[in-house]
Amino acid sequence: MIGATVRSRLILSTLAAFALQVVPLPWWLAVVRPPLAVITVIFWSLIAPRIGGIGLGFLVGLALDVYRGVIFGQHALALSFVAYVAIRQHLIVRNKTMFEQALFAGGLLFAFEAITWAVDGWTGHATGGWTRWLPVVTGALIWPLTAGWQASENRARR
Amino acid sequence: MSNAASSRNISQRGTPPGLRFFSYAVLALAIMWLDQRGGWLDTARFGLSAVAYPLRIALESPISAWEWTRDNFAERAALQNENFELRERVRALELLAMRRADLERENRALRNLQTSSADVAQKWMSARIIATDNSRARQRYTVDRGAVHQIVKGQTVIAGGGLAGQALRVGPWSTEIILLSDPEHAVPVQIARTGQRTLALGTGREGELTLPLLPLQTDIREGDLLVTSGLGGVFPAGYPVATVSRVRRDGASPLAQVDAKMTAALDRDRLVAFIWFDTAHPSAPAEAARAVEPPR
Repeated sequence: MIGATVRSRLILSTLAAFALQVVPLPWWLAVVRPPLAVITVIFWSLIAPRIGGIGLGFLVGLALDVYRGVIFGQHALALSFVAYVAIRQHLIVRNKTMFEQALFAGGLLFAFEAITWAVDGWTGHATGGWTRWLPVVTGALIWPLTAGWQASENRARR
Repeated sequence: MSNAASSRNISQRGTPPGLRFFSYAVLALAIMWLDQRGGWLDTARFGLSAVAYPLRIALESPISAWEWTRDNFAERAALQNENFELRERVRALELLAMRRADLERENRALRNLQTSSADVAQKWMSARIIATDNSRARQRYTVDRGAVHQIVKGQTVIAGGGLAGQALRVGPWSTEIILLSDPEHAVPVQIARTGQRTLALGTGREGELTLPLLPLQTDIREGDLLVTSGLGGVFPAGYPVATVSRVRRDGASPLAQVDAKMTAALDRDRLVAFIWFDTAHPSAPAEAARAVEPPR
């Protein structure tokens, strides 16, 4: 019963975050847009690691591949890794302060960007300039905004 | 203590996460390997882009709604002005068309050509831009025409004022186009004033191209028009590509550093056009017109 509602909230929030991540924006907004789909995957991997799981990361990654990947499986690999690390560390990270959580999220966002960057390079595609790394910073900066959401999820699941 | 122990038991239920991650990673790498080799994954991509199409439309709807509202509330005076300007432009273009028909007749007579000198573009179809990708220096658009409209990979795309790019990935109802300004794109061009041929590469910045292969002493100045040369077998010859915006020559490099601005106005309206050309036409892409003799 509770699992079902958590699952529906997970699906809805992931879809909404994905939509916000790919909706067309003017370039000066697009370069600083935080990777909301990745943040949502980290969020659910920390809060409810057994509901989404690594499969959630893989599926969201595949969707990103369809939308804007240069090669299939690129974002799927990166997001599976992100989900895996978040799930492994969820008990530790959940009890940290917001600042430390933001550092953790920033590290995962960096890993995500580094993996897709490496795949871009290995497959002979353009890797983009330094603006590629801006979303890592903006993503880590908006992580503390998930505090209220985390609290409400934790209340709902108690 | 007991709490932590029970949590650990729960999280270790089922397959260990390390093993699950390993299998997902292997799956992702296998997909990448198959995609890189080309082949059947194109079919999967085609199908998935069909699934993604309704989502694209949904994402585009707020922008469409905004434009619709704006157009509806646009002031009468502004619309009248626009109408007047458009009529002026049509008149100017009509004059040009008349002059051109005359020139064509004269040209045919001079060259004594038997072939009709119809335009190289036989047919065109306009398409609306429904998504843009300018992340990671990429310059790609997705438009709302696809395989059901007979769009094919590599098809020429123009936008107001010049060449815009080519079709890259064709889905059933949508097509991803790669712009000339994408860093992975190069277009064979010709300097209209001198006839010299070279390549124009994308820079990743909107509307900006670079010509990295011109020797220092090349006759090229700011304001020179670059047109497609028709080599390379993709674009027909003679379409305007860009105007030279900056030429820098320093003794340190044997090559001139030349930047150019695309003539296609992509920010003005959200429309592009696909072109079908006559393969027998002298301006058609070289390889499409006739196979090149292999060197002996």
